[in-house]
Order: sequence, then structure tokens, then C-alpha cells
Amino acid sequence: MQQEPADTPRSPRLPVRWGALHGLGPVIGLLLLCVAGTLLNGNFATYDNIMNVLTRTAFIGIIAVGMCFVIISGGIDLSVGSMAALIAGSVIMFMNAMAPVLGSPLMAVAAGMVLAVVLGAVFGLAHGLLITKGRIEPFIVTLGTLGIFRAYLTYFSNGGAITLDNELSDIYSPVYYANLLGVPFPVWVFVLVALAGGIILNRTAYGRYVQAIGSNEQVAHYAAVDVHRIKILTYMLLGVCVGIATLLYVPRLGSASPTTGLLWELEAIAAVIVGGTVLKGGAGSITGTVVGAILLSVISNILNLTSIISVYLNAAVQGFVIIAVAFMQRGKR
Amino acid sequence: MSVAIEFREAVKEFGPVRVLHGVSLALQPGRIYGLLGENGAGKSTLMKILAGYEALTEGDLLVDGTSRRFSGSRQAEDLGIVLIHQEFNLAEDLTIAQNIFLGHELKRGFFLDDALMRREARKALAQVGLQIDPDTRVRQLIVAEKQLVEIARALARNARLLIMDEPTATLTPGETERLFELMASLKALGTTIIYISHKLDEVERTTDEVIVMRDGKLVAREPTPALTRHEMANLMVGRELADLFPPKLAAPQAVPVLRVTGLTVPGWATEASFEVRPGEILGFAGLVGAGRTELFEGLLGIRECSAGKVELKGREITLRNPRDAARLGLTYLSEDRKGKGLHVNFGLRQNLTLMALERYARPWLKPKAERDALQQAVADYGIRTGSLEVNAAALSGGNQQKLALAKVLHPEPAVVVLDEPTRGVDIGAKREIYALIQQLALRGLAVIVISSELMELIGLCHRVAVMRAGRLLCTLQDAQLTEEELIAHATGTR
Repeated sequence: MQQEPADTPRSPRLPVRWGALHGLGPVIGLLLLCVAGTLLNGNFATYDNIMNVLTRTAFIGIIAVGMCFVIISGGIDLSVGSMAALIAGSVIMFMNAMAPVLGSPLMAVAAGMVLAVVLGAVFGLAHGLLITKGRIEPFIVTLGTLGIFRAYLTYFSNGGAITLDNELSDIYSPVYYANLLGVPFPVWVFVLVALAGGIILNRTAYGRYVQAIGSNEQVAHYAAVDVHRIKILTYMLLGVCVGIATLLYVPRLGSASPTTGLLWELEAIAAVIVGGTVLKGGAGSITGTVVGAILLSVISNILNLTSIISVYLNAAVQGFVIIAVAFMQRGKR
Repeated sequence: MSVAIEFREAVKEFGPVRVLHGVSLALQPGRIYGLLGENGAGKSTLMKILAGYEALTEGDLLVDGTSRRFSGSRQAEDLGIVLIHQEFNLAEDLTIAQNIFLGHELKRGFFLDDALMRREARKALAQVGLQIDPDTRVRQLIVAEKQLVEIARALARNARLLIMDEPTATLTPGETERLFELMASLKALGTTIIYISHKLDEVERTTDEVIVMRDGKLVAREPTPALTRHEMANLMVGRELADLFPPKLAAPQAVPVLRVTGLTVPGWATEASFEVRPGEILGFAGLVGAGRTELFEGLLGIRECSAGKVELKGREITLRNPRDAARLGLTYLSEDRKGKGLHVNFGLRQNLTLMALERYARPWLKPKAERDALQQAVADYGIRTGSLEVNAAALSGGNQQKLALAKVLHPEPAVVVLDEPTRGVDIGAKREIYALIQQLALRGLAVIVISSELMELIGLCHRVAVMRAGRLLCTLQDAQLTEEELIAHATGTR
């Protein structure tokens, strides 16, 4: 009886109005930025620049799609940047080692690409198991692996860079540099991952369960949802996304170093939050996340093209944006 | 030493829902008032306003003739008004003395004056008759002692008006007696006490006046001797109790669909055995903490069980989690609607289909099919909502509860366990829920109802199992079902 009046909603009208505005917020922000970019620099609105921005967005965007699931489920993964770096290093070493064994550079590259995805899934599985069966906070688990992943890469690279053999690099480079119908290959993959993410989130039982767990884990558990399995799958899904992003990223430079993927976790989480997903979980959108990711790389692109704010402050600007967005979301839940 | 209280046309709204419809009420100092009302009648809200936890939407609250608007419980406490919560507001890891002075620490200069606080705490404990070292950690106390600490804390802050919300719900009869003696001595000192309870016999014994609320309004205020218990109950419900329940059906004779033997949930339930037949409504009675909810959480695999055998539809089964249970045809409606029952930030459709989502995913979810199911459920369960696209939070308590019922029945279980199915719903919704429960039984479901409202169990069930301190003591047949009988078994006075 002590809980009755509190059951009633405090104000059901307000969130609806805000909700409508809120969904459009990131899109409006992106449009305003594009207008600003066009006005500031004639090169901004060119086809080449747009494709350049989208290609750069692809890595973070693909990771952000996976991150979106994790955040909606009420979790977090701070390790994605380090994970990408370790996967990149491992894949390069694997390709270099396998090329002579398999006798076919092409096979080595293909096997390496598969390995990237498998490694991502395995790392995600480890996260998921530690978080669910080990009952450790996701923040702590992934903070730990953030350090572990990067330290192992630094160890493998001896503090320097791990570089892909030239022959392999030539075979692999189209994965990053090739076009299809004038659109770079990574952008196509980004689009496919985002579409798949949207469908999984909104049109499968798994996606519904992810939202249910993030909204209220207890209720989901009582409602016969296998909370542990769903959470583990969610971290694996993110791991797979990191794997895909990495296999697109490796041919760009053909090497991995201790600075590979630095601050990617900030950008991926920022993309999700800027896209309107609340860090507490429960609800969120893939479309918003995609828009958020593009918005962040447009910001950095504008910084590159103009001299209003130093490029060195890129991460600072992203930091301000995420805090500002969180400030506007405050009180929504 | 005393305080006079007056509410004038008190109105409270939570969003669009009005829970107090202009309550006017004056209380004289130094009396014990019994405050009665069904769940959701608004008595808790009224008391929270008095104690500063909620603010009035409209109207006035006068304390000693001065209009007051408390912005927090602390301001009310400064005037001597203290609410003792049903779930205590004690910091378990602090000592009794620390708790008593929490937020009001006595200091000497910059430093805490522990010696003085200890002395004062000991004095307050003596006043409530608790012989215990004030340095004891609250965690180590039993429930009755915690309650006395709460009262001692109120006294240490010079409480002149004490609000007690169901203070005896977790007490043994002996402890209850001691509480009543304490209340009488506080009254003699001029303290006003507002006593909220469902136990009408206690209200009859201890109070000077009875105030009855219903649906956010004051419906009666009488000197206690002027009312019989039956009259009190009728005033609370607003009609003859008999009208509330559908006529009972004959007890079914079929083979039990669920048979539980010797189920033990460590710390909560010991060797509980019961069975339920298709078409039967089996009640579970007991005091708060008797282990009823925990027994069923153990059965569903939410809590660890150390022993016991469960047979469902003639097959022995092991349930590791609610998912197993739902697959095999056993679902559970939690007593904690917001915390465990419904996703209040989810749409109605998503809530309804969550437990049977596989049916809608092949492999893609079919929103159209889900919407049809929602439409059907809204009609079947009488869920009143303006739109089908709102969140569950937008529904009133009663309609949320009907949605929660629809949700646990959506997987089409053979056995359904309803834990406090009418908690926090108004009287009209209660009646509808009772009718629904009976329809379920009529359709051949085995229904288990856990309830703290004895009238509900008596009015609805074919048989009632009574639990006390984790043991299932006996199962009473329809003919033996009376309030006295149930209380006697639940409290161990028989």
C-alpha cells in the first residue's frame, strides 16, 4: 500500500513532446553542422570530402552500432579501442605468419579477416561471461580489459609497430580503398551493419529482450527472459562489430601500434549518446547512433578544413558535445 | 508538548491522476487515531504530506494553526511530526546511537559528541523499553527491535505526532502487546498517534477515533466504540463485502496439476508441501516475512532451493529460472509491480508479449500480430487506456495490474501464481480482478493467490494454505475459512 500513489506517472505529457523533438535533435544538429561546414569551406560539400568523412565514420560507426546494443542493455564497454588495436596487431601477425604456410597470400588475408571477427566474438564472450556469471560490473570488467588488450599489443609490437608484409598489403588494400558504384567499400559495410543492427534491435525477439533488460533487468528476469544469455550475446555482438571495423581498418595503414584505436571508446560511446540513447539503457535507436557517429566525424572534418578551432582539440570538442547532449537529456528518465 | 493538525481541502495529484480529492480533517492532540482504508485509498499519501515527504497540490495543512508547506521531512520533524515507515528508514551498518542522531548529530565544537549521543540514545531506548547497548549495529537487531529503535529515534527528536504505518505487520503477538503498551504511555505523555492498520481488531482495541478513507476522500470519522469491525470493513470497501466477490464455484476434484513436496528455500521456507488442481483457486496466507513470496521464488528458480520435489502435469521437473517455468506452463505475477512485474517505460504491446515473444518472432517480430493481441487483451481484461501506444506508466494502478495479469497469462500457463494480485488498486479494479481470477479457474487453470488481505482469500479461494516463519502449517478448507482462524494460524496463537 505504501507504493500506490508513486505508481502514477509524474507527468506523461512532457516526455511525449520532448520525445518527438528528441528523435530529431541529432538530425537537426547534423544538418546545422553541414550548413556551417559548407559556409566555412568550399571543399566541405564536395563528393570526395563527403565520401572521405563517411569512410572515416565507418570504423567508429560500426563499433557504435554494437555499442548501442550494449548501452541499451544497460551495460558499457570501455575496451573497444584497445580491443581493436589488439585484434589489428594479432591479425597482421597472423597474416604474416600464415602466408608462407598456406602458400597463398590471398588465403592468408581471408583467414586473417575471419580471425578478426572470431577474436572480437571471443573477447566479447569473455566480457559477457565475466559480467554475468562472474557478476562483475561491466565498467570494471572492460576497464580491466582496456588495459590488458593494449598492454598485450604493446608487448607484441615491442612498443613499436606491427607491419603487414608488402605483398599482403597490396592484396588487402582494396578492402579499404576500393569503390563500389562510387561509394567506398567501408561505407557499404557500415550501411549493411547499421541495417542489420536496426533489424535485429527492432524486429527480433533478441532485440526486444535487450531493451527489456536495459529497461528493468528484474522485470525481464521475472518475465522469463534468459538475462545472462542475452547479455553475453550483446557483448559478443559488439565484439564482432569491433572485429569488422578492425578488418576494414587494417588495410588503411597496414600496421598496428600502441596508438591504434586510441580513444575509439570515447567516440563510439559519444556517437551512441549523441544519437539519443540514454546511458541508463532501456531504449535507443540505431538510426540515431549512425547520425551521431556521422555528426562526430563531421565535427572533426570541419576542424580539419577550417582553422577556427585547432585540430588538436578534436577530442575536446567531442567531449563537450557528449556532455552537452547528456545535459539536455537530463531528467528524461 | 502537543500538536494540533488540520487539513483543509487537501488535494494531491500525481500527473493527471488525482489521489486526494479535497480532504478536510482536524486532529486533536494527545489522541490515538486509527486511519483505515483499502490500498490506494490515499491514506499513505495523506500521511506522507503530513510528514513532509510529499507536497500538497492544492489546499492547506495547518500545524498548530499555522499554514505549512514542508519542503522535506526534516521540516516536519522539526515541528515534531514523524512518520515511521513500514520498511524502516535505518542505516543498517550504523549503530543504534548513530541512527538515532543521524542528520541531527550532537557536536562539541567541530567534533561529534559520541558520549552525549550515547547517553541520550540510552535514555530514548529506555523510554521504549528496549534493553540493548546503543553501540549495537542495527543489522544485528530483529524486526521488532528495529521498530522500537525507529520509535526511540522519533522520541529523541521530540516527536509530538507519530504516524505508524502498519507497525504490527511484522511483529509477533507478544511484541505487538508491548507496542500497544508503549503507545498508551506515549499517549499519556500527550503524543498524538496516527495508527494505520488493516487489522481491525487492533484498531478496535487501541484507538480512540477511527478515520476511514476511500478513493481519495474522507468517508467516515467516528469514535472507535461507535463502530463494529464489520461496519469498519464495509466503510472501507464502500459496499457490502459480499458483493465484491463472484459466487464461489464448487471445488474441483481433478488430479492435481502441480504437486510440490518438501520444498526448502534456505532461510525462507522449510519443507513446504502443497498441491493444486486444475480449476482450483488455492490461497496462501501469512504475515509479512512468513516466506510465501520466497517459497514461490524458490519454486521458479529465482532463489536457490536445497530440497524438494516438484511435479507438474504428472512429470517431475527441475526449474532453474522463470524461463524454464514459463516453458513448462507455470508463470508468476510478482507482488512488486514496478520493480519486477512490468516495464513501466515500455509500451503496452511490448509488455504484453514479452513472456511469449517466440510466438511473434518467426524470425522477425510481427508488430501487427502483437497489436492484435494487445487489442484482444484490452478487451478481455478490461484494461482502460486512452491509446494503445502509451507506456505502461501512463495507466492507473488497477489497469497496470490488469496488464500485468494479461502478461503472465499470455504464455497460456497451466498454473499461475498471483502474488498480491490486488495490491495498490482501487476497489472497482479489485472487483474486476476477482472476477477475472474466477474465470481463469473456470477455464481450468490452477490459480495460486498469495495475499495479505484475508478477506480476499476468504472470498475467493477454495482452500487456503497458511505459512508462518517459513513453514506451511496447514491448509484450511472452504468451510473453515474465517478471519479469526487464519490469523490464529498465521500468528501461531493456535
